[in-house]
Amino acid sequence: MKRLIARELRLALRQGADTAAALVFFIICGTMFAFGVGPDPALLAALAPGVVWVAALLAALLPLEKLFGADFEDGTLDLLLLSGLPAYLVALAKACAHWLTTGLPLLLMAAPLAVMLRLPSHALPLLLAGLVPGTLIFSLIGTLAAALTLGARRAGVLMALITLPLMIPALIFGANAVTAPHPLGAFAFLGAILCLAVPLAPLAAGAALRVAVE
Amino acid sequence: MVACLPACRYIAPIRRRALYVRWCGKRVVTDLLTGKELSVFRGERLVLRGVSLAVTAGGALVLRGDNGTGKSTLLRTLAGLTPLAAGQILWNGAPALADFPSHAARIAWLGHLDAVKPSLSVAEHVADQGALVAVGLERFAALPARFLSAGQRRRLALARVAASGRPLWLLDEPTTGLDATSVARFAALCAQHRAAGGMIITSTHMALDLPGAEVLAL
Repeated sequence: MKRLIARELRLALRQGADTAAALVFFIICGTMFAFGVGPDPALLAALAPGVVWVAALLAALLPLEKLFGADFEDGTLDLLLLSGLPAYLVALAKACAHWLTTGLPLLLMAAPLAVMLRLPSHALPLLLAGLVPGTLIFSLIGTLAAALTLGARRAGVLMALITLPLMIPALIFGANAVTAPHPLGAFAFLGAILCLAVPLAPLAAGAALRVAVE
Repeated sequence: MVACLPACRYIAPIRRRALYVRWCGKRVVTDLLTGKELSVFRGERLVLRGVSLAVTAGGALVLRGDNGTGKSTLLRTLAGLTPLAAGQILWNGAPALADFPSHAARIAWLGHLDAVKPSLSVAEHVADQGALVAVGLERFAALPARFLSAGQRRRLALARVAASGRPLWLLDEPTTGLDATSVARFAALCAQHRAAGGMIITSTHMALDLPGAEVLAL
């Protein structure tokens, strides 16, 4: 499984443009909000947590289509499933790779974007702390959606339609953690969602992969 | 042919070695793949109906038939990728698909696609130098796979099979796009694999040099 993750990372590094595209999209998407609502610092600060979260979710969607799609088209997926790893571990490895190549860079870029949107400095750690489970949950659910839509026409659109609604609970608690007087409750809910997603999403994604290669 | 291609002397040792039993001075090999009355649906259509086969260690089975008769489907079924509608696949007498990951670990798979990543180098696909020598790709080890020709990609996929060290090779039209020299190299690889107790099931339209192979017409 480690070898599979390492291989995914190497591929992502070679195709750096794909990885960078999600990051650039994230920054542009966040900046567009600032242009749209005007430069009022109070308004921007109020919007900042939600904007950063939504921009991060949209940006993390971009590499999902390639997550299994490329392997499905060139026959690598058959080899992955015949590697001796159970299908759910293949899916989990893919989710890890997606987080390392998309979630983690987004997390690093979220801080400058939030500062640009005038988020008060005391709220910044809360936003980032919420985005850690948030991006992890996204990678897991996104992997599930990518596996489910494998081989479907218009897979990219379907993927967004499956993933984004499932991310609503995480988005509510994540953005709420920044502004709530007692953020601990929101973090507990994020943690609970993550605890559910870690075992369930790879299991479902693995089953979807087995169906896709039939 | 083997003698003039010394590179082909290479074959990865089979990790999960067939169990040899000395009996009356003869070596009796116990690895055995059996398919009993296999039936498989593709969509609504019954592609395979009551197909039976058996391959012993060191044996080879060639699947023949017109396009669309289910050669690839049978290979995918034996690999456990496509589900069975009826019948049983047995490995040494026990149901093979009961534990899919351990069945998968017996199989070296070569599909009709090469599963070659353009941005990875040849050596990153197959780290085993010996296997690359055996298919004549050792000079291109550092080259990104996107610069390989179609035939060279096929050879790279074959090198991956040879380097896998797994006992059961499932090959779907392995010689597609290969030149005469490469086909001979491939035949030598197969002979080495079978001599080491491995099994080969392959679909093909071309004449393959697999001495003593059984033929299953679909």
